[in-house]
Amino acid sequence: MSAHTDESALADPALLAKVDPVTLPKPALVENEHTLHWVTERVCTIVEDSTPRWWWVCFILACAMASFTFVGLTYLVSTGVGTWGLANPINWGWAIVNFVFWIGIGHAGTLISAILCLLKQKWRTAINRAAEAMTIFAVMCAGLFPLFHVGRVWYAWWLFPLPNANGIWPNFRSPLEWDVFAVSTYFTVSCLFWYMGMIPDLACLRDRAKKTWRKYFYGVLAMGWRSSSRHWNNYEMAYILLAGLSTPLVLSVHTIVSFDFAVALVPGWHTTIFPPYFVAGAIFSGFAMVLTIMLPLRAIYRLHDIITQRHIDCMCKIILGTGSMVGYAYAMEFFIAWYGANPYESFTFVNRAFGQYAWAYWIMVTCNVISPQLFWFKCIRENTALVLVICMFVNVGMWFERFVIAVTSLANDFLPSSWGYYSPTIVDIFTFFGTFGFFSVLFLLFVRFLPLMPIAEIKAITPAGTPHPNPDTNHL
Amino acid sequence: MFNNKEKKPYGLIASFKNITEACDAAEKVRDAGFKRWDFFAPLPIHNIHEIMGLKRSKVSVITLFGGITGFCTGMSIVYYMNAYDYPLIVGGKPFFSPIFPFPVFYELTILLASFGAFFGMFLTNLLPRHNHPVFNHEPFSKASDDGFFIAIECRDPLFDKSKTETLLRDLGGTEITLLDH
Repeated sequence: MSAHTDESALADPALLAKVDPVTLPKPALVENEHTLHWVTERVCTIVEDSTPRWWWVCFILACAMASFTFVGLTYLVSTGVGTWGLANPINWGWAIVNFVFWIGIGHAGTLISAILCLLKQKWRTAINRAAEAMTIFAVMCAGLFPLFHVGRVWYAWWLFPLPNANGIWPNFRSPLEWDVFAVSTYFTVSCLFWYMGMIPDLACLRDRAKKTWRKYFYGVLAMGWRSSSRHWNNYEMAYILLAGLSTPLVLSVHTIVSFDFAVALVPGWHTTIFPPYFVAGAIFSGFAMVLTIMLPLRAIYRLHDIITQRHIDCMCKIILGTGSMVGYAYAMEFFIAWYGANPYESFTFVNRAFGQYAWAYWIMVTCNVISPQLFWFKCIRENTALVLVICMFVNVGMWFERFVIAVTSLANDFLPSSWGYYSPTIVDIFTFFGTFGFFSVLFLLFVRFLPLMPIAEIKAITPAGTPHPNPDTNHL
Repeated sequence: MFNNKEKKPYGLIASFKNITEACDAAEKVRDAGFKRWDFFAPLPIHNIHEIMGLKRSKVSVITLFGGITGFCTGMSIVYYMNAYDYPLIVGGKPFFSPIFPFPVFYELTILLASFGAFFGMFLTNLLPRHNHPVFNHEPFSKASDDGFFIAIECRDPLFDKSKTETLLRDLGGTEITLLDH
């Protein structure tokens, strides 16, 4: 009987009219109800103010660091690939490890700019420009390694399907050739997406420019953008299409990178879990890198109203999620090694954990599986310094993951008589160390000369940029 | 110099205080039946095609053509290079199959479709164009900051200088100016 009375009460229109619908407050994406002009000022002054002293210090340090790569590569080219620590049976050493490491870092940028755009995750706007810049610079660092790994770098163009004097063409059955297509497409599309997203903001910098060189520099780059809504209509269509195209692209790039390993017959490489496992790992390491870069920038430029605690929370949760996937993949590799009953496969995995490279394996597990689990706790996600430290751990762990995969499998493969132990030489170390400098040089130039954040898109998620702010329609 | 009299001005431009007023005004201009007019805003507005009565963008068509070109290019280079010009024997496998070079044409499809989207945006917007009458309007430098503008062109058949000016003023427009070419 009571159920019947409840139903009739619900259906009573007079009573319904009296009830106010519950409005759940949504956390603001840009805090403190700022005006549109405030957003312009906040982002443009980063580029327009005189160069801060910290920038010069960092820039000089970064150039000095980048020179290590230059020295390493010059020595390599003038002497030969023998200067790297590669020797039978380990012919894929640091160069491949570093390639996979850097390209993985790039993936978070595309994930933020494309996948989160399609999923309508509006918090992405604050970090998307810097993350895309990170993608492009990381892919540039990544590209250096396979480029020089070919040995005679002046023949690297043979990788592309161009007619050459030998009259032969690339072998399209090779995953290494797929890599050429995947990585070069990834780099090109990332550049297009990054630049197109920047056009309205470059126009904003052009309109504010006082000096002649600035007027020309930003004027040419802005392509005559005049904020016309007819243009915005086409622009938004192109933007969503590029997001839709970048999504399968980013998933395919690391899948193809994993094919470099998975298509080989070496135990520890020849597994079907590699594509999803590599993609999850790439996003995991990339988000750690985004936070490593954005947290100091947020503090230096006091961007706390644009990159809010909610942003940090979201990124920490993605790191936690993908970190758990990576941990699951490690466990599943062991399970399949046992379940598959292949003695070589099971030896490889036991050897990874307890063999000559056990130190690398346990660094990997500690950094990648254990450290991100701390993000379950809100107090840790709210402690910026701690978040930064954990992200550094993740970066280190993900480098070791690639080292464990590439090196341990090769060092102890089928024939014990050919087993070996790989160590990098000083040239390897110089080249890799310098890439962090190269990356930082590019990123510092980006911070100084280009809009760090998408000004127009941030305006669109503020209350002042919404035509009819109405809590019911929940436009934000 | 004597040509100046015959040359029609570009049109009338009006500033609006904020996004709400500007969008309401844009809807009224649309309902008044104007076709050659534009609405300038420093941000992408969610349902701008409804507010202005615009058609679906053509960029998607150009992107589709880019994608199809990429797919066909990928397929044909693999066929030409590995099966026709220099048949490459690898493990006794067929010279050509649509399966093994899948990554190649997959990536080329995405690459050329992206070029289609990118250049399609420029093509449909007729950019780059560095000179435009609106740039001569002094307050227009705010269009990329926090200014909202509506411009109605003289070429529109419904354009009548005094009537259009009154319309823009009634809609809340300020700094109404006649722009020269």
